[in-house]
Amino acid sequence: METVYAICVGVLTTGGVYLVMRSHTFSVVLGLTLLSYAVNLFLFASGRLVVNQPAILGQSANPADPLPQALVLTAIVIGFAMTAFALILALRARSDLGNDQVDGRVRDDVLNKRKKSQGE
Amino acid sequence: MNLLWIPLLPLLGTLVPLLTTRWERSQSAALTAVAPAISLVLVLLCIPDVFNQQTLQVSYPWVPQLGLNLSFHLDGLGLLFSLLILGIGLLVILYARYYLSEKDHMGRFYAYLILFMTAMLGIVLSNNLIQLWFFWELTSISSFLLISFWSDKTEARKGARMALTITGAGGLALLAGLILLGEVAGSYNLSEVLQRGDLIRASDAYPAIMVLVLIGAFTKSAQFPFHFWLPHAMAAPTPVSAYLHSATMVKAGVFLMARFYPVLAQSDLWFITVSLVGLSTLLVGAYTALFKHDLKGLLAYSTISHLGLITLLFGLNTQLAAIAAVFHIINHAVFKASLFMAAGIIDHESGSRDMRQLNGLWKYMPYTATLAMVAAASMAGVPLLNGFLSKEMLFAETLHQSTFGSLSWVIPIMATIGGALAVAYSLRFIHDVFFNGEPINLPKTPHEPPRYMRVPVEVLVVLCLLVGIVPEWSVGELLRAAAGAVLGQTLPAFSLSIWHGFNLPLLMSALAVLGGGWLYYNRGHLFAFQDQFVEWDAKLEFERNIQRITTAAARFTEWFDNGSLQRYAFALVVMALVFAGSPMLELEVALGSRPEQPLNWAVIAAAAMLIIGTITTVVFSHRRLLALVLISIVGLIVSITFAYFSAPDLALTQLSVEVVTIILFLLALFFLPQHASLRDSPPQRIVRDLTIASLVGAVVGTLCYAIITRPFESISSFFIANSKTGGGGTNVVNVILVDFRGYDTLGEIAVLGIAALGIFKLLAGMRLFVPASDYRGRPWSEDKHPIMLKKVSQALLPLALLISAYIFLRGHNLPGGGFIAGLVTAIALIQQYIAHGVDWVKERGVSGYHGIIAVGLLIAVLTGMGSWLFERPFMTTWFEYFKWPVVGKFELASAMLFDLGVYLTVIGATLLILANLGKLTTSERPKAGVSD
Repeated sequence: METVYAICVGVLTTGGVYLVMRSHTFSVVLGLTLLSYAVNLFLFASGRLVVNQPAILGQSANPADPLPQALVLTAIVIGFAMTAFALILALRARSDLGNDQVDGRVRDDVLNKRKKSQGE
Repeated sequence: MNLLWIPLLPLLGTLVPLLTTRWERSQSAALTAVAPAISLVLVLLCIPDVFNQQTLQVSYPWVPQLGLNLSFHLDGLGLLFSLLILGIGLLVILYARYYLSEKDHMGRFYAYLILFMTAMLGIVLSNNLIQLWFFWELTSISSFLLISFWSDKTEARKGARMALTITGAGGLALLAGLILLGEVAGSYNLSEVLQRGDLIRASDAYPAIMVLVLIGAFTKSAQFPFHFWLPHAMAAPTPVSAYLHSATMVKAGVFLMARFYPVLAQSDLWFITVSLVGLSTLLVGAYTALFKHDLKGLLAYSTISHLGLITLLFGLNTQLAAIAAVFHIINHAVFKASLFMAAGIIDHESGSRDMRQLNGLWKYMPYTATLAMVAAASMAGVPLLNGFLSKEMLFAETLHQSTFGSLSWVIPIMATIGGALAVAYSLRFIHDVFFNGEPINLPKTPHEPPRYMRVPVEVLVVLCLLVGIVPEWSVGELLRAAAGAVLGQTLPAFSLSIWHGFNLPLLMSALAVLGGGWLYYNRGHLFAFQDQFVEWDAKLEFERNIQRITTAAARFTEWFDNGSLQRYAFALVVMALVFAGSPMLELEVALGSRPEQPLNWAVIAAAAMLIIGTITTVVFSHRRLLALVLISIVGLIVSITFAYFSAPDLALTQLSVEVVTIILFLLALFFLPQHASLRDSPPQRIVRDLTIASLVGAVVGTLCYAIITRPFESISSFFIANSKTGGGGTNVVNVILVDFRGYDTLGEIAVLGIAALGIFKLLAGMRLFVPASDYRGRPWSEDKHPIMLKKVSQALLPLALLISAYIFLRGHNLPGGGFIAGLVTAIALIQQYIAHGVDWVKERGVSGYHGIIAVGLLIAVLTGMGSWLFERPFMTTWFEYFKWPVVGKFELASAMLFDLGVYLTVIGATLLILANLGKLTTSERPKAGVSD
C-alpha cells in the first residue's frame, strides 16, 4: 500500500510541477492545486499510513498520529486561500494586461509566428 | 581627563559650522575652530604622561561578545599624529576662511573637514581593530565629500569617485586583514594584539594578514601601483589637498605600517615587499613630478614620492630606519602642507596653476615667494631645514641595511637618484614659478594674499626652520616617544643634529643636489625625451573600466532577470530539484523496515482514478471546463484517501474546500478564455519541462516512500495523553488545533483573513471582458435563477445550517470543528447566491463579510487573552461539564469560543472572496440581447 501511495504522491507532484511551469495563468493555478494536494498528502503521510484508527480517544486502541493531521487541516484551508489569491491575481492580470499569459505578454516565438503568417 | 573627548569634541564640532553658516564668515570660522582647539589643548595636556612612557587608555563595552569595545588609547605615535591632525587642521581652517570664495558653502566645507578630522583622530587613537577600521572607512567617505566639494566640476566628481573606489577597496582588504589578525591574536584589542607579534608571525595566516593590511596601507598612502588616484584628487579645493594629501589622509597608510610595525614587520617578506614598493613609489613619483606643468600636480607626485620614501624606510631592516620614517612623517607633513598652501595662494591670487604661464612671480609676491622657497628647499633636502635631516637619515640607513642581501647596495644608489629628482622638481617649483621671465597670459595680476591667509604658511615654515636648526630641542622627545611606540622596545641611540661630520650620507646629499641641479639645467632634453611617450591617463582608463563593469552588470541583469515568471518558476523548480535530489543520492535504500500493508481493490481503484485524473488534467488543461471536472475527481479521491487513512477531520475539510474551490474556479473561468488561446509551448520546452517535472515527482515520491516505510517516534503521544485531561476533548486533532497549537491556528486564520482582504482589493475596480456567449457561440441562458434551484436551495439552507452547527458543536470530541463547520455554512450561503443572485441575498441582510472576519479574529484573540484574567498563560483552556435540560450532560470549554472565532473567520473569508467575485459577474454581465 505504501508503494501505491508514494506513486500517487509522485504523480501528483509531476503533474503539479509541470503545470506550474506553463505559460497560461489558468494552467498554473491548476498546477498549484495539484501541487497542494501532493504536499498535503506528503505531509499527512509523515504520520505513517494507519487504517481505521482515527485519533479520537476511546475509539481506537492505537490511534493515528494526530499532529500531521492538525497541520494538514490548516494547510488545506490556507491552500484554498492561496489558490483563490492566485486565481484572482490571474483575473486581475488579464484585466490589466489584456492577456492570460504568466509573463503578462505574449511570448516572442508566438508573436514571430503570427507576424510571419500575416506576412504570408 | 577623559581621552574620549579628543575625538568626540570635533565630532560635535561638525555641527558648529552648519549652525553658524549664516553668520559672518570670520565668526563662523572662528567658532568652528573652537572644538578642535580644545581637543588640541587636551592632547597637549597629555604630553607629560606620554613622554613618561605611559599609555593613556579608556574603554567602554559595546558588543563585548564580538570583541567590540569603544576604546581609545594615546601613546607616542598617537600623540604625534594627533598633534599633526589637530595642529595642521587648525591652520587649514584659518587658511580655508580666506581661500573659499563667497559662492562656496563654507559651512558645508568646514563640516566635512571637521568630520574628516574626527575620523583621522579615530584612526590614530583607536585601541580596537574593528573600531580602527570603522574610522578608516570614515576617512574614505569624508575625503570623498571633500574632494567632490566643487561637485559641479566633472574633474572633482570623477577624482572623488576614483579616490573612494581605490581607498574603499583597500579598506575592504584591510578589514579582512584585521579580522584575520584579531582571530589569530585571539583579541581585537590593539594593545593586546601588539604584544603578540611572535604568535602572529608564527601563524600560517601571517602572509595573508600582512598582504591584506599592506594593501589597505598602500592604497591609502598612494603607493605604486595604486598611486594614480592621488593626482586626480587634486581637483579638491587646495585647503583639502594641504590637509588630506600632505599631513593626514595619505599619512593614514604609513600610520598603519607604523602601528603594526611591531607585529607585522621583522620578517623578510615584510622588508622585501615594503622596501620594493616604497622604492618604486619614490622613483616613479619623483620622476613624474618633474614633468607636471600643474603646480598641484607637481606637489601631488612629490607627495607620492615622499610617501614612497617613508614606506621605503619602514621596509629597511634597521631600527634607525623606522625612527627616520617617523621623523620624515613629521617633516613631510610640515613642509608639504605649507607648499600646498603656497600653491593655493598663487592659484588664488594669479588665477592659474600652470607653470607654463606662471613665471617671475617674485616681483609680485616676494613675501609668499620667500616662504614657498624655504618650504621647497626643505622638500629638496637643503641643510638647515627639516627635510634635510630626515633625508640624511634615509641615506645613512640605506647604507646600513641588508634587506636585499648581496644586492642591498642598489638601494643607496636608487635613493640618491630619488634625492636628485627631488632637488630637480623643487628647483623647478622655485625657478619656474618665481623667476624665469615674466608671467604669460595670467587671468589676474598677481599680488600678495590677505594677511591672515599667509599666517598658516608662516607658522609651518617657521617649524621647518626650527626643526631644521634645533632638531633635538624642538622634536627630539616627541620623536623618541613616537618611535618608541613603533619599535615597542628601548630605542637605539641616535642623535638629531645637523652636523655629523664628513661622511658618506653627506656625500650622497651633495651628489643629489648637484645631480638635481644638472637634471634641471638639462630639463629641455629631458622634456623632449619624455614627450615621445603617450601620457597614460588614469582617469580615462578608470572610467572606461567602471563603464565596462556597469555594462557587464546591466547585461547580466537583463539576461538573468528578464521579467519572465515562467522562467523564474523553471529556475526555482530546478534549484529545488538540485537541493532535494542530491541528498537522495546518498540514501542507499528507499525501503525502510516497516512492513508494507496489504493492498486491496478499493485502494488500487482509487489510486488508478487519482493517477488517471491527474494525467488527464494535465493533458486537457487547455480545455478548461473539462480540466476542472477532472481535477475535482482528483480532489475527491484525496479526501477519500484522508478518510481511509484515519483522518476524518481532514476528509471533511478537503471535501468542503473542494466544493468552494471548484465554485471559485467556475466563477473565474467565466472571465478567462475557456480554451487556451495559444499553443502553450514549443515542443522542446514541453519535453524539457516534462523531464524536470518527472524528476521532481520521482524525488518526492521516493522521499515519501522512504519516510512512510520507516518506523518513527512522534511527539504526539503527549497530545494523545493530555487531550482529554488538559484540553477537555477527545478529538485530538481538534484539541491540537484549538488548544495545544492554538497559537498557530490563530496565525493561520489571520493569514486567511488577510488573503481574503487582499483578494477583495484585487477585485476592486477590476474591469474584465465579459463574453456574451460561451466559446462555441452559444449565448448564456436567460433563466438566471431557475425556480427548481431556488426552491431546493432555500429548503436546504436550514438543514445545512443545522448540520454545520452540529459539526461545530461536536468538533471537540468527534470529527468536526470550526474549520469544517465554517466551510459548510459558507457553502450553504453560496448556494443561495447561486440560486437567487447577489441582490436577493443582500436584501436579506447577509453581507459585511469584512466585519465577520474581524469579529472572528477578535473572538479568537480575546478568548486567548481571557486566560490572563485567571493569571494563566495566553490561550490556556478552561472547560467544565454542565447538566443541561433536554440535552443532558454537555461540556462547555473556552476552546469552543476560540473555535467560534475560527468558524466566523472561515465564513467571512470564504464569502468575501466568492461573493465579491460573483458580484462581478452579475453587475458586469450585459443585458441579454443587448450584447454582441
